[in-house]
Amino acid sequence: MFGSRSLQSSSSGYADAVIGVAILALISLAVAWATHKPTGAGAPAGISLAYTHLPIDALFSWLRMAAAYAISLAFTMVYAYSAAYNRRAERILIPLLDILQSVPVLSFLPVVLLAFIHLFPHSALGVNLASIVLIFTGQVWNMVFALYNGLITIPRDLSESALSLQLSPWQRFRTLQLPYAMVGLVWNSMMSWAGGWFFLMAAEMFSLDNHRYRLRGLGSYLQTAANQGRWGREFLALATLIGVIVAMDQLVWRPLLAWADKFKLEMVESDQRFRSVVLVILRRSRLVQWVGRTLLVPMVEAVDGWLGVGLPRWRRQAAWLGSLVGLVRTLIVAGGIFVLFSALEDGLRLMSHLSANTLGVIALAVGATLIRVVVSLAFSVAWTVPVGVFIGLSPRFAKLLTPITQIAASVPATALFPGLVALLFRLGGGLVSASVLLMVLGTQWYILFNVIAGASAIPEDLKEAARMFGLRGTHIWRTLILPAIFPYLITGLITAGGGAWNASIVAEYVAFRGHIYTTFGVGALIAQDSQHGRFPALLAATCLLSLTVVVINRLIWRRLYQHATHRYSLS
Amino acid sequence: MTSSRKSDDQILAKLQGVTKMYSQPDHYDILVLDDINLTILKGQFVALLGPSGSGKSTLLRIITGLSQPSFGTVLYRARPVTRPNPHAAMVFQSFALYPWLTVQQNVELGLTAKGIDRTERRQKALRLIDLIGLNGYEEAFPKELSGGMRQRVGFARALAVDPELLCMDEPFSALDFLTAENLRSELLDLWLDDKIPLQSILMVTHGIEEAVYMADRIIVLSKNPARIVADLVVNLPHPRNRKSGDFIYLVDHVYKTVTASDRPQLNSPLKLVPSSFHDPESEERAQLKPIPYGHLSMLSGLLELVSDRGGRDDLYRLGSELLLEVDDLLPVTDTAELFHLATVAEGDLILTEQGRQFAEVDVSLRKQIIRRELLNIPLFRLILRVLSAKSNHSMSKEFFTDILEEHFSHDQAERQLALAINWARFADLFHYDTDSERLYLADDQIAEAADQDAVLD
Repeated sequence: MFGSRSLQSSSSGYADAVIGVAILALISLAVAWATHKPTGAGAPAGISLAYTHLPIDALFSWLRMAAAYAISLAFTMVYAYSAAYNRRAERILIPLLDILQSVPVLSFLPVVLLAFIHLFPHSALGVNLASIVLIFTGQVWNMVFALYNGLITIPRDLSESALSLQLSPWQRFRTLQLPYAMVGLVWNSMMSWAGGWFFLMAAEMFSLDNHRYRLRGLGSYLQTAANQGRWGREFLALATLIGVIVAMDQLVWRPLLAWADKFKLEMVESDQRFRSVVLVILRRSRLVQWVGRTLLVPMVEAVDGWLGVGLPRWRRQAAWLGSLVGLVRTLIVAGGIFVLFSALEDGLRLMSHLSANTLGVIALAVGATLIRVVVSLAFSVAWTVPVGVFIGLSPRFAKLLTPITQIAASVPATALFPGLVALLFRLGGGLVSASVLLMVLGTQWYILFNVIAGASAIPEDLKEAARMFGLRGTHIWRTLILPAIFPYLITGLITAGGGAWNASIVAEYVAFRGHIYTTFGVGALIAQDSQHGRFPALLAATCLLSLTVVVINRLIWRRLYQHATHRYSLS
Repeated sequence: MTSSRKSDDQILAKLQGVTKMYSQPDHYDILVLDDINLTILKGQFVALLGPSGSGKSTLLRIITGLSQPSFGTVLYRARPVTRPNPHAAMVFQSFALYPWLTVQQNVELGLTAKGIDRTERRQKALRLIDLIGLNGYEEAFPKELSGGMRQRVGFARALAVDPELLCMDEPFSALDFLTAENLRSELLDLWLDDKIPLQSILMVTHGIEEAVYMADRIIVLSKNPARIVADLVVNLPHPRNRKSGDFIYLVDHVYKTVTASDRPQLNSPLKLVPSSFHDPESEERAQLKPIPYGHLSMLSGLLELVSDRGGRDDLYRLGSELLLEVDDLLPVTDTAELFHLATVAEGDLILTEQGRQFAEVDVSLRKQIIRRELLNIPLFRLILRVLSAKSNHSMSKEFFTDILEEHFSHDQAERQLALAINWARFADLFHYDTDSERLYLADDQIAEAADQDAVLD
């Protein structure tokens, strides 16, 4: 759903090239930084499996998520606002966004982890920050897209009326721009949280050889329990995680969605409205009303008065201020160019150590992982399309099964992984099957939900016409069902593909009971390179992987998506 | 114009040589407003009347300062307007209410911007809500109101800031007939009885009756680009009776002015493209002019109707019988003129010999007539020439939109080409494949196109 937005925007190849170089430079900067400092000992925290630790662990995990979300939200506001209201910024920021959100974030985990551990060598702060940064990079892009998209699609009449009523920039933001984008922002925040759990679980329990960079949290708890074969604890931790996710859904997201309903730009009351008992209770509560009346309203008034009148006049004031801003801007641009070039130089120097042989191995590894991604997508499509169409076409089943599938989907695949690996190893399976299974776990839900949405959107009259003509079996699938769900299926596959690449990173390299299990692939390569300090190879692998994903997105998914919306859209 | 001799303090707004161009990426600018000179006096209710796409909304936005002219100046009380004018308020066709704010909050919006404190804001908003007949709905959200009620909120919101100039952009067009009529007379009452401290009202409309019913002065604009073609004074006493002879006479007169203003534009090239070298293709490019957006099925229906009535009928009567605004009717009559099926004179539609024939024959003969006519239109000649010159007799759609974009905006180019494809499909002139987005000639069309080329050369 959210992945698709990016594909609609067209961007020039020239901007892509500039941005590609910039990303390369930044990655090499991080790697170069990591290599310049001696390797320190990681935070050695041992993980206790006491029951009493579970709530605290859950709280720690949640705090990391909340911190990452807060940073994401702030970043979203600045980024989306600049992209929407500054033409020059838009030309750089939007193609950049497009690339960043298709790069598999987990491939940066070792790099980011190393960099932060070197920055804070003797405390858990570095690992913590690394996990937060990782979650941030995983969840921020679709939020930015949602806000940007909201800002640029504000109807002209609404913005003109704001101008004509002399609203100040702040008032426009508060009464028009933010409310208009609110629905998309809330939905995407919710999805970002779901994606965040996936990265958090992986980040909390990543081990680089003998350094175990572990954070206290649900992710490390799950892995330790699975490693020690304590299944009772494993299930309890999973239940806690599901409990936290469901509680977030009921106490935060549902009320927020129900509240955001009033920001929909519809002039007719729609039948399907989000309802939330919690929101109703909050709205009827006298305490909340009292707080709103006596604290919130005067506060908003004060902020309005201060920002609304103060800010624009101050900005328009003096010429020296303008030239100062110009000077600062020039300095920033110059500094940016300098950093970019020195980083690029570092990166190229690192790359120069690479032999053609290594590059060949990396390319083969990317190919091996690509095959796994394709296989896992094929598996997911094979079971989700029939099931999804079945659910989507019968409203009765949809009502029954939707909550169940939603809860199942809310469990991050990475949380299940330690348990699954332990189970599969015990049953005699290898990491090859386990990694594909993990990737299926990480991808299937996106496809399933999209197929259900597509099947339930088939208009009743088309179904009736098919019945009138006596279409059945493969014929009805070919002429009606497949074309109707095609755009939805593609949307689901695009998101799922991103998930599969990310999952491959943690799935190909596993530490279990003191042994390291690997299977040939770029994920394993990245983990091994970072652990042995082979930074040129690490840099090359990360870059090649990102490049591959971006190219596949551009050449295959984007075209398929455009074709799908152009040709098979039912509207 | 009578305004030139008025003393300066009677002048509210003055437009001098206002010209607006939309720049295109390929440097062929599109002229929307051409040298508009206009003076709006205090106490006037002015209607800006013109066909759709005539740039009258753009003109309104320039007067309010929401948009800046490319050339020329707008003076408001003798001061140049460079930003949204705080003394002007807008009422929108789409109401432009904020759906997440209540009626009261919507009305208070402009007062909030002025930094007026909460109690005063509240009182003022309540007074206006009362005045405009919305009391009881203060806490309602816009989506809980009917269209007419919503536009009342739009009026209350605009009037809340005590504007001197009220600008209305087709304020009644989105409402059903009865609601619109009711709101019109209520607004007129407020205006005529001086219940609101307004100096002037400026209304953009495409409804001729609406303009004659409400305004003191009607400015008629032409399209492509917009120029002032008439400045008429309406001095019928209020309340005006739509059935009275004077009213009907005036409406008919305005109708003739509007239809006449529309015609010369059709027969003159839109813009000449400077070209240093000489080849037949660029010559045809130079003559590209917009084809009117007429539906062929509507065209057939209209011609049959007029043919049944003896081959001549009054356009105003036709429009009101068919419940078509002049905006909907004109593209069809333009198409009829383009195909030499009819002519418009004195507000009447008169069938030509070919038009009579067209009305009587069956659909396959009609296709032949259209086909013959299309072959004389530069756009179609250009397309055919390109297609028959290519060895595979096929060309991508972008090629033609690129050519058209030298003359029109991107959207208009797309629309023109879509219409051309539609007509060509009707007349079996060339084909279009939606999937590959290519125009092409089928085997039988290749031979005919070649014949045609020989004749033309």
